Amino acid sequence: MATDNRPLSPHLQVYRWQITSVLSILHRITGVGLAVGAIVFAYWLNAAGYGADAFARAQAVLGTWVGVVLLAGWTFALFYHLLNGIRHLFWDAGMGFELSQVRASGWTVVVGAAVLTAITWAVVWNTAGGAG
Amino acid sequence: MSLQTDLARVRGLGSAKEGTGHWWAQRLTAVALVPLGIWFVFAAVSLAGANLGEFRAWLTVPYNLILMVLLVGVLFHHMQLGMQVVFEDYIHNERSKTVVLILNKFVAVILGVSCIIALLRVAFGG
Repeated sequence: MATDNRPLSPHLQVYRWQITSVLSILHRITGVGLAVGAIVFAYWLNAAGYGADAFARAQAVLGTWVGVVLLAGWTFALFYHLLNGIRHLFWDAGMGFELSQVRASGWTVVVGAAVLTAITWAVVWNTAGGAG
Repeated sequence: MSLQTDLARVRGLGSAKEGTGHWWAQRLTAVALVPLGIWFVFAAVSLAGANLGEFRAWLTVPYNLILMVLLVGVLFHHMQLGMQVVFEDYIHNERSKTVVLILNKFVAVILGVSCIIALLRVAFGG
């Protein structure tokens, strides 16, 4: 039997948006985003291994406003994926499955990631004078 | 007459395709990345705008080099495990999927090894 033309069960678009599904999708999106960030991280380290000029160029690229915006996005993605990953580990251990707990931990993750991102960049701004 | 045992012929044909190996490795690397990730944020903030000399001085502190190498190893392993699941979910053609999954592993190993060599080169001034 052909497997490419079978009727499909209802998919994403028919369901109401809710925090549980949105945060689950966001975990995957931030994960993929961080994989892209890991490639930039590899470029940065390899530039350092290549020499002073290459490293200075990498630092300058990351210090442009485009670089800073991307780095801020990766900072949020890292904190979100980190905090939500901890939330997943608690689930793996069999804890926190009540709907009220799931909502509370979800909002904690979102607010926590936003606050930690803001604190991180406030520190960068104060110590590096906005040089990224 | 096949040289395969009956068990070898049917193994992996169930809907799960695999055991708990991938799942467990993903969790294990996730647990390791909690402290390493938090430490890296502090490291990255302190290195904002640094030149190579400052980066080298920072890497010369032994635990910084050790943690950076551990971070790179675990990070690229975790990245590869996660991306594999994404590719498995969204690529439906078996041949393309196999090619992409192989490339996924290769890219992760190349990035990880190149980063570790770069770190050692900076730290030991090669």
